Amino acid sequence: MNRRPWFLFTVLCFGFAFFYVPILSMIVYSFNESRLATVWGGFSTKWYVSLLSNRQVGAALVLSLKIAVISASIATILGTLAGIALARFTRFRGRLLFSGLVTAPLVMPEVITGISSLMLFILMADWIGWPGQRGFTTITLAHITFSMVFVTTIVQARMIQSDRAIEEAAMDLGSRPWQVMWDITLPTIFPAILSGWLLAFTISLDDVVITSFTTGPGNTTLPLLIWSKVKLGVTPDINALATLTVLAVGTGVVIAGIILNRAERRRVLDERMAYRSND
Amino acid sequence: MTGASAPFLRIEGVSKTFGTFQAVRDVSLTITKGEIFALLGGSGCGKTTLLRMLAGFEEPSAGRIFLDGQDMTGVPPWERPVHMMFQSYALFPHMTVEKNVGYGLKHERMSAPERADRVRAMLDLVQLTPFAQRKPHQISGGQRQRVALARALARQPKLLLLDEPLAALDKKLREHTQFELMSIQERTGVTFIVVTHDQEEAMTLADRIAVMDRGQVQQVGPPGEVYEHPASRFVANFLGSITQFEATVTAVNGTRARLSVPAFAAEVETGTLPGLAVGEKLTLGLRPEKVALQRDPPDAANVLSGEVKDLAYFGKDSLYRVILPGGGLMSVHAVNARRGGDARPDWHDRVWLSFEPAAAILLRE
Repeated sequence: MNRRPWFLFTVLCFGFAFFYVPILSMIVYSFNESRLATVWGGFSTKWYVSLLSNRQVGAALVLSLKIAVISASIATILGTLAGIALARFTRFRGRLLFSGLVTAPLVMPEVITGISSLMLFILMADWIGWPGQRGFTTITLAHITFSMVFVTTIVQARMIQSDRAIEEAAMDLGSRPWQVMWDITLPTIFPAILSGWLLAFTISLDDVVITSFTTGPGNTTLPLLIWSKVKLGVTPDINALATLTVLAVGTGVVIAGIILNRAERRRVLDERMAYRSND
Repeated sequence: MTGASAPFLRIEGVSKTFGTFQAVRDVSLTITKGEIFALLGGSGCGKTTLLRMLAGFEEPSAGRIFLDGQDMTGVPPWERPVHMMFQSYALFPHMTVEKNVGYGLKHERMSAPERADRVRAMLDLVQLTPFAQRKPHQISGGQRQRVALARALARQPKLLLLDEPLAALDKKLREHTQFELMSIQERTGVTFIVVTHDQEEAMTLADRIAVMDRGQVQQVGPPGEVYEHPASRFVANFLGSITQFEATVTAVNGTRARLSVPAFAAEVETGTLPGLAVGEKLTLGLRPEKVALQRDPPDAANVLSGEVKDLAYFGKDSLYRVILPGGGLMSVHAVNARRGGDARPDWHDRVWLSFEPAAAILLRE
């Protein structure tokens, strides 16, 4: 008898359990009738109802989404430019310093980034009177600085893979460098830019540490709200909120996976067809 | 091909250095309008760098390039009437075949119907009309090559640069494409410069060949001339195969000379070189197909006897390696004109080799 498949299967199950049992228990308890998070009091959807009527949660969600969209968009523009520069220009004055500065936030502890952002904003308020009050703008700025590096890394990797010759071909056919960028470079690296944006968006959406340093009175993002509520004890409405988040993220991932998979399968089929029709 | 022989492209003393590496050294060439010119050489010989300087992707470190009388120094790639067909084809992956071909035309002042007509004519030229709406990944390698060609020709360049145009195709398709390229060149009249490492490709395609080595042009001429009259040992070796032997001149008489060849343990009669003197040491080269191989001693100017050491049978012909009395090893290409194997010399058979005095290539260097 071969026992190894059973062993491997058990290990696999433990692995999955480790990852998903906490999330599953959270989902289950979000339907708990009881007010106590650890006692099962029967099935109910009342926490979802109370969540939907909760103005505070709604406002926090809107603020979080606004910050995430704006900071991800600006970080994507800056990060893409930096990624292209680093991949295409292998030699320029201060390149090493530039690449170091761009990638530093990747390894910098978030607390340090948060504190230094806060100090900067306080100093600037002292010297030039701006920002008068911390909140939406300061959070967005801080998010841009730390999420830009993710876009840069993804775009740079994609650019290094892509054939330099197609840009040269466009130039050869009469396009100036900026036209080449617009017609050729950006469309070919578009998937990388898109995934960079999604990553920046996600990072901004769930950030607690840096946001808590750069926020001001009355500007509570969703993660901050959850954090502050949890400090008073885990309540089922938090479970409900988290469940909805998991649902949203899960749906997004599955849809993106299906689209990517379908495109890839079609490309492979097309290629096979092309070679068969070869003379 | 036009009969005009005025230099259309003039490369004057062009050099290119990257750091301390000299990729191209003092190259001067003139190329006529409507010509197919090949730059032939191994990897790292500077042929691609020279091509990139013609396209404008690199600026020469020294020297000048004139195209149709215009100095190309400092002219960026997008302003040159020179287009390139890249080795990787470099098709735009997100555009259809039609859009690829028409890409360069958006910089031309022409109406939309004119543009569409030109694209259609180009697709027709390369027989890709049914594939106009496909994307590059939906067509075969040979078709991609033709898209790249049509795209480069669409703006009617003065000069078309082709970087290893056939390297990515398989053998059968290559032969076909070679002739297609030549016929397209004849129909469009565009001057072609082909960079290749493949001597057969260069010989069949080109009107003239420049053989390059270590950044320098070694010899320029029509394929037949470069092959039959190589100027140096490098050229003789690079184009086709050749067996080379050390030799000493023993007599010079008008257009004939006699050479003593230690590897043959004999003297042979050859043609002569300008200023050839008795006692001069040089290299005697013989192409395998210029040497005749027989079982019986022939009546010829130069006859050597030897023993078959190796033989490779290719069907239509065979390659023999014959060991000579002086220890030399001569390669001989024999056409198998007669059917049946009995007449063919076999391993260890005694054979007679002969060659015309004019067949001997004398190389000084």
